Amino acid sequence: MDGGGPNPERSRSPWPRRPIGAISFPVSDSLIEVCGASKSFDGIQAVSDVTFSVARGETVGLLGANGAGKTTTVSMLLGLLLPSSGSVTVLGEDMARHRHRVLGRINFSSPYVDLPRRLTVIQNLTFFAHLYGVPDPRGRVRRLAEELDLGAFLKRRSGHLSAGQKTRVSLAKALINDPEVLLLDEPTASLDPDTADWMRGYLLSYQARRGCAILLASHNMAEVERLCDTVLIMQRGRIVDRGAPRDIVARYGRATLEQVFLDIARGRPRETKAADAAEEAAQ
Amino acid sequence: MSAAPAGGGSPAGRVRAMVLRHVFLLRSSWPRIFEMMYWPTIQMILWGFITTFLMTNSSYVAQATGILISAVLLWDVLFRGQLGFSLSFLEEIFSRNLANLAVSPLRPTEFLVALTTMSLIRTLIGVLPASGLAVAFYHASVFDLGLPLIGFFSILLVMGWAIGMMVCALILRVGLGAENVAWLAIFLIAPVSAIYYPVSTLPPWLQPVAWSLPTAPVFEGMRSILHDGTVRFDLLLHAVALDVIYLAIGATLFLYSFHVARRRGLLLQIGE
Repeated sequence: MDGGGPNPERSRSPWPRRPIGAISFPVSDSLIEVCGASKSFDGIQAVSDVTFSVARGETVGLLGANGAGKTTTVSMLLGLLLPSSGSVTVLGEDMARHRHRVLGRINFSSPYVDLPRRLTVIQNLTFFAHLYGVPDPRGRVRRLAEELDLGAFLKRRSGHLSAGQKTRVSLAKALINDPEVLLLDEPTASLDPDTADWMRGYLLSYQARRGCAILLASHNMAEVERLCDTVLIMQRGRIVDRGAPRDIVARYGRATLEQVFLDIARGRPRETKAADAAEEAAQ
Repeated sequence: MSAAPAGGGSPAGRVRAMVLRHVFLLRSSWPRIFEMMYWPTIQMILWGFITTFLMTNSSYVAQATGILISAVLLWDVLFRGQLGFSLSFLEEIFSRNLANLAVSPLRPTEFLVALTTMSLIRTLIGVLPASGLAVAFYHASVFDLGLPLIGFFSILLVMGWAIGMMVCALILRVGLGAENVAWLAIFLIAPVSAIYYPVSTLPPWLQPVAWSLPTAPVFEGMRSILHDGTVRFDLLLHAVALDVIYLAIGATLFLYSFHVARRRGLLLQIGE
């Protein structure tokens, strides 16, 4: 990500911070590059001139109110949407033209996309393992089931799972091909705080081992602060601010990213907030 | 997390995965399998009794006892072929799985192949038991058609796929509002397919329409074998040529609609 490297101090969780071990990833090794991407639907501009990159081993958070353009951006990254202009490159391939060259090395999870509900969890994971050409599908499913603690409901139909269980299974599906690029939309939605914390720790641990690039769209500011090296704040289809979470918080003179988010959503310019903060400090 | 990075596997592997997904579904749902067998069997029983009655009242039917039952079973190949394709596709929409497939290494052409494979499996599940019962109950065997039966079966199945592709293309364009077309589309061509009567029965202005479909030459060819014992290769070739055209149109429409859905972002929304 432009101007942002991994932030080793971002987590207060007992889970290890990144990267674990001695693995280091060159920041210049961009796995995702979006350059001037725009998308309009019937004359309505959903995303406008968006530019960013995500390096190997980096996590970038996409923040914005509903309708800010996050889902459209993620959809363009997946090749589910063709940009009206600009380019989207993932793992060196133009997603508008050659997405099938790299789709086996990408995966995603979204609470808005279900797994086949009538299939059991193990059937679903086995199916996706075969679909992604995973070597030793059975072993891979078994390992993921152990790591994500799915054992108790492996033989239950996906449609009969609780929201939290579904989220975990959805993450297992997203990791089935050991992706180099992981796109996560609300990865801890519907999880209780304890499980959500465990999940965030797992994601950090996974990324440290795999060195994958993660793009995360979330409304959970604490999650973004903990997981992300860099944050992109979107509003009305544009990136209106970007930077490391603590830098953004400092720039706005706020205590948390959530306060910054509210400032932007409610249209208070950051200069005003910084001045307010300075004034408060002076008093 | 020691697995080697997957590169997406092979086209055959991905098609196999899709078939596996639908086999999992069928295996876990006996009502689905029952439904597949139900209508062909009921149709066959109904037409079996009609045939029994007509044999004593109609010289046309008496000349070839299996003519109506064979027509029913062959028509069901077309119907089941189309339905098998469309329902397998709709299954992905109902389960909101289309986006998962669209961002997987599965190519649209492989998706098409997987859907045709599932259609074949569903058709065989539906038609084979009914064919067996026809032999047991009425001593009327569609297998009396001999080797040309393979040709008839293939031509009708492929035409079913072509119609299925057109239906799915429509659903991709306009959404689930077009779902009912999957059930109704095939009946649009039934009156001009000459299933139970010769093409000559149709009014002259409608006969060219019948001959522009692969179904009419198939059913004419079937009657030719059962009535006269002659295999009409000209009709078979006629039907194959039309099949190729319809399949090309169907596949083109499906792939184009898939592309448009991607451009418009409909793949994420189509199940909603």
